[in-house]
Amino acid sequence: MSLLEIEDLHARAGGSEILKGLSLGVRPGEVHAVMGPNGSGKSTLANVLAGRPSVEVTSGKVLFGGRNLVEMAPEERAREGIFLAFQYPVEIPGVTNLYFLKAALNAIRKHRGEAELDAMDFLKLAREKMKLVEMDEKMMGRAVNEGFSGGEKKRNEVLQMAILEPRLAVLDETDSGLDIDALKIVSKGVNSLRSPERSMIVITHYQRLLDYIVPDFVHVLAGGRIVRSGGKELASELEEQGYAWIEKGAAPR
Amino acid sequence: MSDDAREAFVASFEVAAPDGPAWLQALRKEAISAFAAEGFPTPRSEAWRYTNLAPIARTAWTTAPATAVALDRAAIERLSFPVFACSVFVFVNGRFEPALSTPRALAGGLEVGSLAAASIERPALVEPYLGRLARSEGAPVAALNTALFADGAFVHLPANTVVDAPIHIVHLALPGGGPTASHPRTLVVAEHGSRATVIEDFVSLGEARMLTNSVTEVFLGDAASIEHVSLQREGADAAHLAALRVRQSRDSRYTGHGISLGGTLTRNEIVAVLDGIGAECELNGFYVASGKEHVDNHTTIDHASPHGTSRETYKGVLDGEARGVFSGRVIVRPDAQKTSAQQTNKNLLLSRDAEVDSRPQLEILADDVKCSHGSTIGQLDEDALFYLRSRGIESVAAQALLMRAFATEITGRISIAPLRERIDELLLARLARARAEAA
Ligand SMILES: Nc1ncnc2c1ncn2[C@@H]1O[C@H](COP(=O)(O)OP(=O)(O)OP(=O)(O)O)[C@@H](O)[C@H]1O
Ligand SMILES: [Mg+2]
Repeated sequence: MSLLEIEDLHARAGGSEILKGLSLGVRPGEVHAVMGPNGSGKSTLANVLAGRPSVEVTSGKVLFGGRNLVEMAPEERAREGIFLAFQYPVEIPGVTNLYFLKAALNAIRKHRGEAELDAMDFLKLAREKMKLVEMDEKMMGRAVNEGFSGGEKKRNEVLQMAILEPRLAVLDETDSGLDIDALKIVSKGVNSLRSPERSMIVITHYQRLLDYIVPDFVHVLAGGRIVRSGGKELASELEEQGYAWIEKGAAPR
Repeated sequence: MSDDAREAFVASFEVAAPDGPAWLQALRKEAISAFAAEGFPTPRSEAWRYTNLAPIARTAWTTAPATAVALDRAAIERLSFPVFACSVFVFVNGRFEPALSTPRALAGGLEVGSLAAASIERPALVEPYLGRLARSEGAPVAALNTALFADGAFVHLPANTVVDAPIHIVHLALPGGGPTASHPRTLVVAEHGSRATVIEDFVSLGEARMLTNSVTEVFLGDAASIEHVSLQREGADAAHLAALRVRQSRDSRYTGHGISLGGTLTRNEIVAVLDGIGAECELNGFYVASGKEHVDNHTTIDHASPHGTSRETYKGVLDGEARGVFSGRVIVRPDAQKTSAQQTNKNLLLSRDAEVDSRPQLEILADDVKCSHGSTIGQLDEDALFYLRSRGIESVAAQALLMRAFATEITGRISIAPLRERIDELLLARLARARAEAA
């Protein structure tokens, strides 16, 4: 059975229809790569899954673990196990990373019926996970993403994912802006989280990332719909041929 | 404008003017004439353009009762900050209540107590200061306090006295029958080289229509240093008019934290004069208003000497149909060269119907100075809110978190940690209440 089931999804943002009949099924443990030209609706899809209020689902079905996702508040989705690594993580001055992550984890643990972690236990967990993404401990005392470099912000997203242990992780261009070493570290972190129970949707423009995080499926999103799906070899075809074929209405050869 | 208040106050002065030595009587007479002549200011005067005192002016206020009837220490303890051992001095409707106060070990020479007693027993320490900064002419509201204050707080720091534990002054307003007014008065004289933290805590018990009209004068001698917290947390039906006047001598340092947590009408008027070379003045303020509350911070920092530094930061959160006013004037006099002045006002509007008027003003009459000012009005950052929620943090908690983050720039500057934390807690509770009202 699918963990995520999207059927004929239509969604609007900023007054125009962005997703125009998108369907996608993700089973537990699968990694799906989503590629596609700028402005094709990839982040909008990610936002629909996370529940951004400014994106409106106008028709179609989005089921997560059999439940209607569209009716759930963003915090409820997070507690149920959806995690979005943002393309552009937000800076929140005045709130430390430590406080934020502890509040988030405890909200989720409470929902799962687990005991909340105290400051000491949380710090221990955070330290362990920070090693995974080779992040300096000092970053914990700083305000959320404030003054972080582009690469540090992306690492912080992966750190959050490692701490919150979602069932479905959506990574929106987590590779953009990373140098080659950071890319390896981030991929290693992501790969260590792969498990038969955890699914991932990896949005990227580059095959490079998919050499490290090898997907089970690759989809091409264009004009608000998935226009082609295939195995990981589809990524290399796209790398060579670009997206010009979409306009011509033909599949790449 | 209907002026029942003016008649009532003038009549009460004629019937029962508070007593005191001859010099004080003279001061009071001059004050009541100034008030009788001018009455309460109206929005026609520039300084009161955004704050309408008509509801106060048309009320026939009676003087708040003199004695604390059924008040016990337990009630006071609940109001105080139990987290640290500071001396608590309680003033009920302006009068010192030794029985409710708990002066702990007072450091060498520090005196805190009744202003009425001090003006009789120690006139040489009071007369040269009282009413010298809070003048009556052109300031009818402060004049009314001078005419009618029955007692007040007197804090005297002899030269080089350093006091570590904060001096906690509780100005407690107790209701009588009908609308009652009280006139708390505070005089702080910090002689050269002295240092202390003074908390003025305005609280009330019981929900009734009350008017608190307070005046505080702070004198800093050469190299004296005062950290001053003014916390306004009276009841929802309280109106609060506060005048704070500060004069700083050479190399002195004044740090003020004005925290206003609500009330029907709040007006904080501050004038700080940097009257000696190298004085430093820091004014921090935070205000929260919701429902139909009105809060006005009207400040003047007057650089009258060279090499002075001032930094003023006021921030506020306005919810419901609340109205906020920030009017901040920084004056740099012609010979105040090498002045450095910085002024900021930032506001968060949480609802469509909340409003704020922000007017930072620089009047620079010297040429070799560094001055900047700015103000912002914004909403809670929707993207930040979504980011927090997308990690599982519930919507109201996420909003409170963002509002507290907004406040930490101010509360973070209170140097005594337990005090800072307690004020942080009070603020968070107040902000949550504002959001809950809105929901
Ligand atoms: N809130 C909004 N208001 C107006 N337009 C929007 C809004 N959100 C998305 N759009 C538009 O929808 C289209 C799809 O945007 P989206 O961010 O989903 O693209 P993307 O595939 O993620 O692109 P990229 O590869 O550049 O990240 C774009 O044309 C974008 O301008
Ligand atoms: Mg995108």
